[in-house]
Amino acid sequence: MQQAGALGHTPEVEHTTTGLNHRKLLMWVFLASDCLFFGTLIATYLLYRGKSTVGPYPHEVFDIPLTSYSAFLLLMSSLTMVLALAAVQRGNAKWGRIWLLATALLGCHFLVNQGWEFSHFVTEGLTPRVNLFGATFFTLTGFHGAHVTLGVFWLTAVVVISLLRPATMSAKNSLNVELVGLYWHFVDIVWIIIFTVVYLLQPAPPLHG
Amino acid sequence: MSERPQTHGQPHPGPKQYIAIASVLTAITIVEVAVYYIEALKPALVPILLLLSSVKFALVVMFYMHLKFDHGLFSALFVGGLVLAISVVVALMALFQAFLR
Repeated sequence: MQQAGALGHTPEVEHTTTGLNHRKLLMWVFLASDCLFFGTLIATYLLYRGKSTVGPYPHEVFDIPLTSYSAFLLLMSSLTMVLALAAVQRGNAKWGRIWLLATALLGCHFLVNQGWEFSHFVTEGLTPRVNLFGATFFTLTGFHGAHVTLGVFWLTAVVVISLLRPATMSAKNSLNVELVGLYWHFVDIVWIIIFTVVYLLQPAPPLHG
Repeated sequence: MSERPQTHGQPHPGPKQYIAIASVLTAITIVEVAVYYIEALKPALVPILLLLSSVKFALVVMFYMHLKFDHGLFSALFVGGLVLAISVVVALMALFQAFLR
């Protein structure tokens, strides 16, 4: 029977200066820095919120049911991601791969929705150049979409590599799945904030119409 | 091999708990959208939605990202970055008097 630490996230004793796995430590440092990245983008969106002098305005283009569905997709992808990690930590690589692919597919579905939303906005006349809302909205959600895209590639790469080298998805090497999991959950929590701040807390429509 | 993974002596949740958390997250999202459409709640929309999204954020970070069970240094790093980010948002909004609008 393996030690609990070997089954868990990080081996109990790492031969590093911190006693912690440095790959995992680096991932958390990256996520902390990404908090600042998205913090500045959200702050910029909020600063220019309601300051557009020409339309289209948020209330004219947002499709809340569609965006709520996208939020649901990312929440479910977080579930499949954590189930993948749990499976790999139990030594079940087959279900680990199945849950990872499910996570990637949910991510793809989210991206398709976002692509449809963006094309709909452009059709309605909203582009990054037309007003402050367009510039800040596309920058914020576009960077989030780029993070999701990177996550989908990473998830797919982990699955493909595990098929070529099965040892990379053993319980002992579950950190490979845990790292992509941390990144994916971060993408999810950023969307939790964007969904609330951008979509649900819309500015009041301009009085001049 | 069937025992649950653990770090620092605390067992991680199992699949049943993860599904239960997902159900709670879904329920909160439904409440958020419902609150958005209820006219009577418009005056309290900001605090309600911020509270609900904060709960969702915390649930994912604590249980799905396992910060609740992991080494304190990981929590310190992430919360440090998060606090800095929130400070940047608040400072910029105060600087540009965005709270007054």
